Amino acid sequence: MAVLLIAEHDNTSLKDSTAKALSAAAALGGPVDILVAGHNAKGVAAAAAKLAGASKVLLADDAQYAHQLAETMASLIVELAGKYDSIVSPASVSGKNFMPRVAAALDVAQVSEVVSVDAADTFTRPIYAGNAMQQVQVPAGSKKVLTVRATAFKAAEASGAAPIETIGAAANPGVSQFVREELSKSERPELAGARVVVSGGRGMQSGENFQMLEKVADRLKAAVGASRAAVDAGFVPNDYQVGQTGKVVAPELYIAVGISGAIQHLAGMKDSKVIVAINKDEEAPIFQVADYGLVADLFKAVPELDDELKSKGY
Amino acid sequence: MKVLVPIKRVVDYNVKIRVKADQSGVDLANVKMSMNPFDEIGVEEAIRLKEKGVATEVVAVSIGPKETQETIRTALAMGADRGILVTAPADVEPLSVAKILAGIAKAEGPQLIILGKQAIDDDCNQTGQMLAQLLGWAQGTFASKVVIEGGKAEVTREVDGGLQTVSLALPAIVTTDLRLNEPRYASLPNIMKAKKKPIDEKTPQDYGVDAAPRLKVLKVSEPAKRKGGVKVKTVQELVEKLKNEAGVI
Ligand SMILES: Cc1cc2nc3c(=O)[nH]c(=O)nc-3n(C[C@H](O)[C@H](O)[C@H](O)COP(=O)(O)OP(=O)(O)OC[C@H]3O[C@@H](n4cnc5c(N)ncnc54)[C@H](O)[C@@H]3O)c2cc1C
Ligand SMILES: Nc1ncnc2c1ncn2[C@@H]1O[C@H](COP(=O)(O)O)[C@@H](O)[C@H]1O
Repeated sequence: MAVLLIAEHDNTSLKDSTAKALSAAAALGGPVDILVAGHNAKGVAAAAAKLAGASKVLLADDAQYAHQLAETMASLIVELAGKYDSIVSPASVSGKNFMPRVAAALDVAQVSEVVSVDAADTFTRPIYAGNAMQQVQVPAGSKKVLTVRATAFKAAEASGAAPIETIGAAANPGVSQFVREELSKSERPELAGARVVVSGGRGMQSGENFQMLEKVADRLKAAVGASRAAVDAGFVPNDYQVGQTGKVVAPELYIAVGISGAIQHLAGMKDSKVIVAINKDEEAPIFQVADYGLVADLFKAVPELDDELKSKGY
Repeated sequence: MKVLVPIKRVVDYNVKIRVKADQSGVDLANVKMSMNPFDEIGVEEAIRLKEKGVATEVVAVSIGPKETQETIRTALAMGADRGILVTAPADVEPLSVAKILAGIAKAEGPQLIILGKQAIDDDCNQTGQMLAQLLGWAQGTFASKVVIEGGKAEVTREVDGGLQTVSLALPAIVTTDLRLNEPRYASLPNIMKAKKKPIDEKTPQDYGVDAAPRLKVLKVSEPAKRKGGVKVKTVQELVEKLKNEAGVI
């Protein structure tokens, strides 16, 4: 019943999603090995080895894994798969990219975006933008290939000390090459793991106006997110998008400003603990999911919110 | 070069679906169906490649019940040259879809297959990647830009934290993200013309694929509902409640 968990990382730091996916992997019932495939990623392997519940860390350190291209990742994972009966990864952009290749190579169905492990072979996952929950059972004797929605699981603690085993690289299919990347730099916490998220929508009207939200975000040590409309209009970069087809977040506090609350947006944030909506239209559907709704013009309310937080010492 | 565009018929994105009372699935009776939005973007991209003289033929492919004809006609009206309908139940799993598409790819010999990144009904986000693996091809998923040049595809991808560009040997798989393009509406003359374009009918057996599902759906249920909250009158009241009532700041 051994499980192979694929670590998410950027070669320097291990992402929190790995610790959360580990909890899901552990719920399957067998020993969990963590695969760190990267380049100059020793530090990541060391961090993974500390996660409570990991029995072993496999480190494949090679230039071909520097950007975790799907073709090379799948080739490596498939080579290791023989010893495991479940392969698990966070349902991040990276996991979504390579895991279905692994499933196809193993000739099994993949279960995407697992939000609960109901039994070792039974999983629940959202469909139709989270408007329905589907419970599926993997056939007996079949390997399981799962991607896990990290926000649905508690992070494993960093109290362990698993051994690290270095493994060689697998054959490189050689059909794809990394060219370049443009990553947005930010001092703010990452959207996916932030405790507080402040998001803006079309109502923000421009990219400059997002500075108002950034000021509030900085006071609350929050990440900044957006609706698709705000991204499409070019106010903010694509990786700010929260929703069915963007990022899924579940912070302690989600503040939606000038966002109407389309189902595709709600799919990405309705599991937040507390939701605040600021919108001038009292009929906006976002108010149906908001714990605290403020019907107001955001150009007045957001600067006021900034002042009020400042006066309270935030 | 030939471009294949797999398109799926799904519940229209504006419809708020309902879960059946017996938890056997989602109620699809009399619900508006449309082409998966990501697949419209795929069709548009293929047509643009043809308009640029890069593609020579665009073939729209769908696996689904008889009514899926309509979805293929929509793609033909947008500008695809011909269609292939593989008749099968509506809920064929991504692995079987990928196997059927692999069979079609072998028969048709395309240089590029453009799929949507995700079907908005099953939200699986699997088929393109599975197809790439089955064919042994490279993949550029979640694409926001595609450039075909010198026998390669350069694909810019929407990733966590920004954009990544990869170079793929052809033939290759691309899956579309929302910002790749804005799909056109079909004009009336093109809708008329599309009626004469050919649609081949096939079955999964023609490609030696058993389309029976692997996963057993035990139940489909309503998600946990959020309780409606309260309206606050002022920003001061909001901050006070967040601090003292909710305790989240
Ligand atoms: C396939 C597909 C996938 C999608 N995926 C996503 C996704 O992942 N994430 C996502 O967010 N969307 C997604 N969408 C888009 C979604 O359907 C909505 O179009 C989008 O979420 C709307 O964004 P919005 O709320 O910012 O804009 P609008 O719906 O235009 O709402 C703007 C709101 O701002 C309010 N407002 C305007 N001015 C002010 C002011 N001065 N003060 C206060 N309030 C003001 C208005 O009252 C209104 O409620 C997807 C759509 C499709 C078809
Ligand atoms: N039944 C189908 N017929 C044709 N294409 C499909 C079908 N199912 C999935 N696809 C393609 O695969 C993409 C991803 O679907 P999925 O993996 O189900 O999220 C879709 O956007 C389509 O391009």
